[in-house]
Amino acid sequence: MLGEGILKGLGETARNFAGSFVSAERLTTVQYPEERIAPIEATRDFPFLVYDSKDPADSEEWLKGMRCVACQICEKECPPKCIYIEKSKDKKPDALGKPQAYPVRFDIDISVCMSCQICVEVCPFEAIKMDTEFELSTTDRFGGLMHDRRQLAKSNEYYHRIHPTEAAEVDARLAEEKAKADAKAAADKAKAAAAAAAKPAVPAAGASAVATPAPATTEKPEASA
Amino acid sequence: MSTTPTATADQIFILLKNWLVHFLPAAWQPLAGVVLCVVAIVGVFPGLFAVSVLLERKGLGRMQNRYGPNRVGPHGIFQPIADGLKSLTKEDIVPFRADAVVHFIAPLVLVVAVFMGFAVLPMGRNMVLVDMDAGLLFFFAMGASTELSIFMAGWSSRNKYSLLGAMRGVAQMISYEVALLMSSVAVVMITGSLSLTKIVGAQNSYSGIFPHWYVFTPWGFAGFLMFSIAAMAETNRSPFDLPEGESELVAGYFTEYSGFKFALFFLGEYVGMFGIAGMATTLFLGGWSAPLSFLQILPSWFWFFSKLMIAMCLFIWIRGTLPRLRQDQLMNFAWKFVLPMTLVNLADVAIWRFMGEGWLRWVACSAMLLAAYVGMGRVEMQRGKIGPRSYRYAE
Repeated sequence: MLGEGILKGLGETARNFAGSFVSAERLTTVQYPEERIAPIEATRDFPFLVYDSKDPADSEEWLKGMRCVACQICEKECPPKCIYIEKSKDKKPDALGKPQAYPVRFDIDISVCMSCQICVEVCPFEAIKMDTEFELSTTDRFGGLMHDRRQLAKSNEYYHRIHPTEAAEVDARLAEEKAKADAKAAADKAKAAAAAAAKPAVPAAGASAVATPAPATTEKPEASA
Repeated sequence: MSTTPTATADQIFILLKNWLVHFLPAAWQPLAGVVLCVVAIVGVFPGLFAVSVLLERKGLGRMQNRYGPNRVGPHGIFQPIADGLKSLTKEDIVPFRADAVVHFIAPLVLVVAVFMGFAVLPMGRNMVLVDMDAGLLFFFAMGASTELSIFMAGWSSRNKYSLLGAMRGVAQMISYEVALLMSSVAVVMITGSLSLTKIVGAQNSYSGIFPHWYVFTPWGFAGFLMFSIAAMAETNRSPFDLPEGESELVAGYFTEYSGFKFALFFLGEYVGMFGIAGMATTLFLGGWSAPLSFLQILPSWFWFFSKLMIAMCLFIWIRGTLPRLRQDQLMNFAWKFVLPMTLVNLADVAIWRFMGEGWLRWVACSAMLLAAYVGMGRVEMQRGKIGPRSYRYAE
């Protein structure tokens, strides 16, 4: 009959209304600043720069351990162009111990960033990863949202804390590469020694650079994990 | 006048007014009395507006499995104050090409028109500002002038959404005004008077402990239902809130209003709801009379305002339940269902009036209305039946 559905609907809302006072299941709201739910592992919002912490006492360790070599691939790939990098003139040892350039300026404008993760996917050095920090409001909408390299640099331990599975995979991959590079270097050294003083050793840098780039496709975090 | 405590409580506002007025010279007293009443009305209803806005936001929240406002003060009870302060401090923006004068006057016209309606509503025993012989007509005349304000707002804003909202609003309000009047004519036919105090007086008697409210008769019940539907459409309330349908029209006719003018529209809408709820109470729910005879110890104004707030809760409940209608559904419903039903109800009332006392008229009148309702419902629902969606190319 006409009006039956309306009465049913009124009954449903009345049940919701009365039920919200007695059953917690009917009030699913999390009262945010006081209560919060832990983010799921695949959470991501803005990128950050990973550094390998070797000496926690050193206040400059973030710069020394920074994996980024300022290759500027992410800057070029970034769809909204929100990454600004300046390459250094001098070099410092990277994660594999080779001397590499480092960024003297690495800024990400998070007001422009669209959290697409393309920078993470293209990075051959596992240097840029996605963060889960979301409380980034500021009173300065230009400077405050332009994060510099100090703000972006976060330790590998932090990375392990926010994305354990993904970070473990990355570490395994880096260790493998390091072992390979070390073996290669040792072999080269041995070969150089064997070839005696007649010929100078082949520069190791060219050989290991081929091995270094990680396959980008395997880096995607498993959302289902 | 008797001086029992009950009677004193019942007439407390009248006595208060008389006491305040007696300080003035006799020549000034009538005018001062009226001004006092007006001040009271203009003060009380915005207060009730704040309460019902809070009720609505909290209640709707609970119906939708969330808390609603709970930050300002304990359990969010100061939310209306915060809202009011916010709207007062906001910038008042008038669109560049708008008709500034009309744009400015529109919210005032709305508020004035809705407050005028209260002049004739009896809010308690002897508590009526102007006991007009044609109070019912006056009320509906004032209610109709809110349409003017809505069209003024929509037209002067120079905004397509505003204009569309205003046109929808006017079409809807005119359509439902017919049904609104027709359903109240039933009461006039029985009472034989357009005076609202007489209509309340006619319902203020009891059989045993049960009151003689018109809603407890077949024609009164049907009339009350039709009146409520039309009242909801008349005040642009969900599910008839097409004029301000935010999903398609931003905010309808008050898209271009901000700050205090917006607050005035908001106030006007709610005070209009109070007015129409007060009218429904007066016509069908016995106005200020107590629901059971032994409850008459509580003052009459208490019953009037209780009924008003219950009506508001009903408005909120329905808003939380029903989705918005489509324009054609709205019009079809008005002209093909509500209006015919009110016409049937008029015939029913005539039969009721001339069949005299006895159980037979109860049976006859109920059967007639039920048959009309079921029959019309069948026809409507058949027409509205939609088959499975068919695709031309995608199959």
